[in-house]
Amino acid sequence: MISSVLPMMTVVNYSVQDVFAGDQFVWVGSRWFEQTLTSPEFYQSLSRSLSFSALVLLIEIPLGILIALKMPARGMLSNFYIVLMAVPLLTPWIVVGFIWKVLVDPVAGLIGVSTTALGFTYDLNNPVVAWATIIIMDVWHWTALVVLLCYAGLQSIPKEYYQAAAIDGASKWNTFRYVQYPKLKRVLLIALLLRFMDSFMIYTEPYVVTRGGPGVSTTFLSLDLVQTASIQFDLGEAGAISVIYFLIILAVCWSLFCVLRTDE
Amino acid sequence: MKSRPSILPALFVLFLMIPVCWLIKMSFQSTAEIRSSFSLLPVQPTLANYLVIFSDSAWYLSYFNAIKYVTLNVALSLTVALPAAYAFSRYRFTGDRHLFFWFLVSRMIPPAILLVPFVQMFSDLGLIDTSVAVAVAHCLFNVPIAVWILEGFMSSIPRELDEAAAIDGYSKPQFLIKIMLPLIAPGIGVTAFFCFMFSWIELLLANGLTTIDMKPIGAVMGRAGGLLGGMQIGLLSAASVLTLIPGVLLVFFIRRHIARGLSLGQVK
Repeated sequence: MISSVLPMMTVVNYSVQDVFAGDQFVWVGSRWFEQTLTSPEFYQSLSRSLSFSALVLLIEIPLGILIALKMPARGMLSNFYIVLMAVPLLTPWIVVGFIWKVLVDPVAGLIGVSTTALGFTYDLNNPVVAWATIIIMDVWHWTALVVLLCYAGLQSIPKEYYQAAAIDGASKWNTFRYVQYPKLKRVLLIALLLRFMDSFMIYTEPYVVTRGGPGVSTTFLSLDLVQTASIQFDLGEAGAISVIYFLIILAVCWSLFCVLRTDE
Repeated sequence: MKSRPSILPALFVLFLMIPVCWLIKMSFQSTAEIRSSFSLLPVQPTLANYLVIFSDSAWYLSYFNAIKYVTLNVALSLTVALPAAYAFSRYRFTGDRHLFFWFLVSRMIPPAILLVPFVQMFSDLGLIDTSVAVAVAHCLFNVPIAVWILEGFMSSIPRELDEAAAIDGYSKPQFLIKIMLPLIAPGIGVTAFFCFMFSWIELLLANGLTTIDMKPIGAVMGRAGGLLGGMQIGLLSAASVLTLIPGVLLVFFIRRHIARGLSLGQVK
């Protein structure tokens, strides 16, 4: 844990100081925090990040559960599906961005050309299209994780549970609600937390596909942060954004954890 | 339950595979061909893109650089996580009910935040541009996950086994290595899968912590310029296809363990 505490302390340290010439530090107290918390840009990228995470979770979690429920229980076919589903998971972020950037290209990409044929030019300069692209890209990249986790969770339910439910005449929904869902809670929790964290921190994919644009319409908090820290080199301000960013993630994860926790 | 096969998973897999197939198709095309016309299959299939990668040391070395730090990271994460998971599964601490959560806290720090401090820390240690730096940095988000998964598996092994082994004269480390490890092999496989996955796909830290010699393949791809200008699509496709291969191999070998392993030790 030291490996995370040390860098985090450095960040907290920066957040209360101003840095000149890379090595002269001046104590500025809470000034950076005040500046960040009163800047409209910060709230705009924050709300973009939150909306993105919410949309992605709303699509990926139900879709993942549904597909997991429909997966064949075992045998060659399910192994085949598992291996193929793992492919997007193991694709580096930058490659995912590259694939989708080319796919939607109006000249050379499958999706770009198809939509042109349907009478609609694929234009990443349209904010709605840019958003849709990033969301579909994330669904492509990560839904399989939810599927695999839920599939594994379902596999761990003994047959007798289903027989009992069938004897009680439980409907499909009731079987899901009272037999499958409680057993899925543990894996759903990890799926939700991982997906929330990664979608909220997403950086490389929007950077490659849209570079945060058009305008600032896909500039998420992480893009803002890297811009401030590495390009403008405002370590103090970046430190303050970082601390706030981290606290938001912590708060959301804690709420999810409390809602879904299995008390054993 | 019902045994009617559903078409949904097949459709989903199809959706996942279309971009991958498109990528493979493009890797056998010249950039000029991709740019000039649209076709479902390469018109003049060529291996030129792969030949460039295999003959240019900047390309193939960067590929091995990535494999090097990922392997090191998987080994490191498992070495740290195994004893930790054992302790958490066998002893009671204050606050261990929320343990899983507090473990994940270090995973909640966006890598973008940590880049600057990590660069300074590893510069002071003289480790910048080594695979060790990247592997250690990636432990930040892999070790918590590893401990959590392994803890689930170890908790499903009854304590009586520990006691029986202690009577037979096994010390704790001996028990852990000789008895526990073989029993939780699927868990180790899945933990390795997760560590591999998160380390392999990450680029921000891997790129930020390396300067010249240890650049990972993703960074070289970015630098090839094509990503942003769209200049060398064929070449970048070939490089992308290569980045998919290690993962596919890994999954192929542990495919039988995945279902059991991903349920995080619940299957008895």
